[in-house]
Amino acid sequence: MAVTTLKIDGKEVSANEDETILDVAFQAGIKIPTLCHIEGLTDIGACRMCIVEVAGSNKLQPACTTKVKDGMEITTQTARLKKYRKMVLEMLFSERNHVCAVCVSNGNCDLQTLAVEHDLTHVRMPYLYPKTEIDASHEWFALDQNRCVLCQRCVRVCDEIEGAHVWDVSGRGVQSRVITGLNEPWADSDTCTSCGKCVQVCPTGALSNKGKATGEMTKHREFLPYLAQRRHDHK
Amino acid sequence: MLLEELTAIAEKTRSERKEISVRCCMSSGCISSQAEEIKKALEMAVTEKNLGEKVEIRQVGCMGLCGKGPIVSVESEGLIYSDVTPENAASIIDALAGGKAVASQADPTHPFFTRQMLVVRSNGGRIDPDKIEDYIEAGGYSALYRVIHEYAPDQVINEVMKSGLRGRGGAGFPSGLKWSTVAKAKGDRKYIVCNGDEGDPGAFMDRSILEGDPHVVIEGMAIAGYAVGASLGYIYVRAEYPLAISRLQLAIKHAKRIGLLGDGIFDSTFNFNVEIRIGAGAFVCGEETALIASIEGRRGQPRPRPPFPAESGLWGRPTLINNVESLANIVPIINKGGEWYASLGTEKSKGTKVFALTGKIRNNGLIEVPMGITIRQIVEDLGGGTPDGKKIKAVQTGGPSGGCIPVELFDTPVDYESLMKVGSIMGSGGMVVMDEDTNMVDVAKFYMEFCVEESCGKCIPCRVGTVQMLNLLKMILERKATIRDLEALEELCEMVQNTSLCGLGQTAPNPVVSTLKYFRNEYLELLQPLPGEIIA
Amino acid sequence: MSKTRFATVWMDGCSGCHMSFLDMDERILQIAPLIDLVYSPLVDAKVFPENVDVVLIEGAVSSEEDLEKILKVRTRSKFLIALGDCAVTSNVPGMRNQFTVEEVETRAYIENAGYNQHIPHEVIPALLPKSRPVHEFVNVDLFVPGCPPPADAIFHVLSELLAGRVPDATEVSKLTRFGK
Repeated sequence: MAVTTLKIDGKEVSANEDETILDVAFQAGIKIPTLCHIEGLTDIGACRMCIVEVAGSNKLQPACTTKVKDGMEITTQTARLKKYRKMVLEMLFSERNHVCAVCVSNGNCDLQTLAVEHDLTHVRMPYLYPKTEIDASHEWFALDQNRCVLCQRCVRVCDEIEGAHVWDVSGRGVQSRVITGLNEPWADSDTCTSCGKCVQVCPTGALSNKGKATGEMTKHREFLPYLAQRRHDHK
Repeated sequence: MLLEELTAIAEKTRSERKEISVRCCMSSGCISSQAEEIKKALEMAVTEKNLGEKVEIRQVGCMGLCGKGPIVSVESEGLIYSDVTPENAASIIDALAGGKAVASQADPTHPFFTRQMLVVRSNGGRIDPDKIEDYIEAGGYSALYRVIHEYAPDQVINEVMKSGLRGRGGAGFPSGLKWSTVAKAKGDRKYIVCNGDEGDPGAFMDRSILEGDPHVVIEGMAIAGYAVGASLGYIYVRAEYPLAISRLQLAIKHAKRIGLLGDGIFDSTFNFNVEIRIGAGAFVCGEETALIASIEGRRGQPRPRPPFPAESGLWGRPTLINNVESLANIVPIINKGGEWYASLGTEKSKGTKVFALTGKIRNNGLIEVPMGITIRQIVEDLGGGTPDGKKIKAVQTGGPSGGCIPVELFDTPVDYESLMKVGSIMGSGGMVVMDEDTNMVDVAKFYMEFCVEESCGKCIPCRVGTVQMLNLLKMILERKATIRDLEALEELCEMVQNTSLCGLGQTAPNPVVSTLKYFRNEYLELLQPLPGEIIA
Repeated sequence: MSKTRFATVWMDGCSGCHMSFLDMDERILQIAPLIDLVYSPLVDAKVFPENVDVVLIEGAVSSEEDLEKILKVRTRSKFLIALGDCAVTSNVPGMRNQFTVEEVETRAYIENAGYNQHIPHEVIPALLPKSRPVHEFVNVDLFVPGCPPPADAIFHVLSELLAGRVPDATEVSKLTRFGK
């Protein structure tokens, strides 16, 4: 594998050509904010939080899916990027009904953490207040569409790691919803193994264990890189 | 199939032609206004008048003047009848026997016809799309023969390079470059994909090509397959085009039956097959990577590029994706040479472009014009201005990814760069004319509603940004907005353009941006004054 | 030096933000000499006065009364702070926004009422179609999210203002967040 050198935020780093900007930045101790990305799953470049500027291109690139190239000069923190990232967060808060105060994941939520990191003290865009549903049919887990950010982590972990592909997305645009099976109640899914990986990877309180009160739901994701590696080795 | 057999089919078809061909348009538009009944009436009149020896009635594809359809033409007599009805159709046959036609006529010497340059549509309105013999008689499949027996694959690519052809889907990427990238890419197999997911509001160029001349697309795909080393092609057509789909199905069946598709085409080692995939009605599936996902049976959502489909497309293999009109240009390019094609059009935009001219315009329909023609020539000369004498205000090109061009800029030549420079794009060929009564904020709202409806929902800026922009546009139209809201709208436009994942999102704000650029006053007039410091 | 004319307003919220304000405990004594508390649910003023320097707003804008109040408060105040998640995001009051006012009232006054089942139309202010954050109606000068915002955050904000400085959003973010 060819080794390349590039600059991230002025810092000289070396990398393998098949690595992404996000990988390389992480190894160099440079933090790029992410939301749909999670270590161990295929990246899809959906949330746009990790967009960076690449010298010589006027297009912003998602760090999670863009492979490094020799001589690349990458900037991860500019006023423009910060503004856009903040707007992405505002859009997410405005899109569903994220009532942190009564959410099981309050205090343990990736969206909430990003809001703090980006000094988001309020959302300028009008809230859309969609009518969304809760599926509590499963014996152990609950799905609350009010908190879903459509990162598709549940879809990917179920497909790529568990191999069950219970989850997918139906509808389009703001009408998009994560669904189980053929949009049937979770409990009726023939393919769900009740492994709970989807719950653990969910960044917000959209997927949670039942019986949790406000702020009680914490997620454990240590298993993911390990299982992903085992699957990779097996191939 | 040998060349001699091909020639024999052409000659036999020609010898069976009758003296007078009465052509009846049987494309979707004319069928919807009783073309089938008209064709029956014409056939009955021929029987009644005992003209069966001399006159034949043929179904053909679109003749262009769709707004005045159904169209019936008698080329040998130089006659084009418009707004034909089943009641007055018989009089067209009467006129051939010395009577008088009561159907109204279009003037074949009108600039609408004379200013056109037919390359892609040269068979359109002349051949029966359901008869492969008609296509062969018009010279069809001889380009494929020549390519297979006289050209090395890189010579074919070279010819496309020389032609200067650029993607007719709208972005204008040089086709030759795309072909050579796929040809060079490594893969155990490669694919050709014809993108027929045309979905811009008011656009129907590709539909008319597929309906009127399906074989020219199939032949173009086969030539592309030979050039890049692919033996399977997919035509991705939207489900809303049932006639195009059934004509393609028939065309593929005919081509297979006489060995123009399949294994060992023209007695060579070249194999090529074509399959149809039907889109389920998502605009975003016209985006290459979403289209690939859809063909693979997955949810039609784009993915970030690179890798480009030319290197990693269908099932991870190198895939050449060309739009219908781009592929329809291949046969003429091979027949007359890349240099000939490059002699048409402008320095950077070669050849011709098909436009669907619609809106507040006298001559609604399809036109094919050389690149470099001005918008004014299209709108005023070919289009004949507005039907009621009202002033024209703007044209919209490029659909929801495009923009509005005001009348002051109508001398802009139609080429990729010039349209981009004035804030619109070439797009796939939709051209909607707007008159002085059109409210441009309303136009922007229309296109934004389209984008809200068609956003796939994968990336946040497009999914939520379009809804927030639409809500602001509605507020402005309801006279509830202030200058602050307009500022918020502009901020959203900029953000969505710069951060969306695919072309649909990146260009979704364009109709707002271009109307703000040229018709800002119309926005300002709708705004409420800021009541002091109070209102947010 | 004249004292800062200070007010607090309670709209659609649980009063938790006001409790958190009192949770500043002995630090209130540091603030008290510098302010003149001219209007608040904690005092007995009936009318929101003119020329208020700093006002804390707790609660979302949910009823016609809230709307009338917030417009008046804004015209009479120089520096307006949206205090707590209800004022900043509409929070819990906004959870009714998925339903129509009629559905909400039927649920509250008829389905869940033990006796005297009827929807009141007098005395109680009419609900707006949606419960919305303060800044969707008037200009807000500073946002202090939290449910409730911790006393430390409130103290920081007030002491900065009383020292003549405008508090910084980054500093506020360090002390509180949505849902805290």
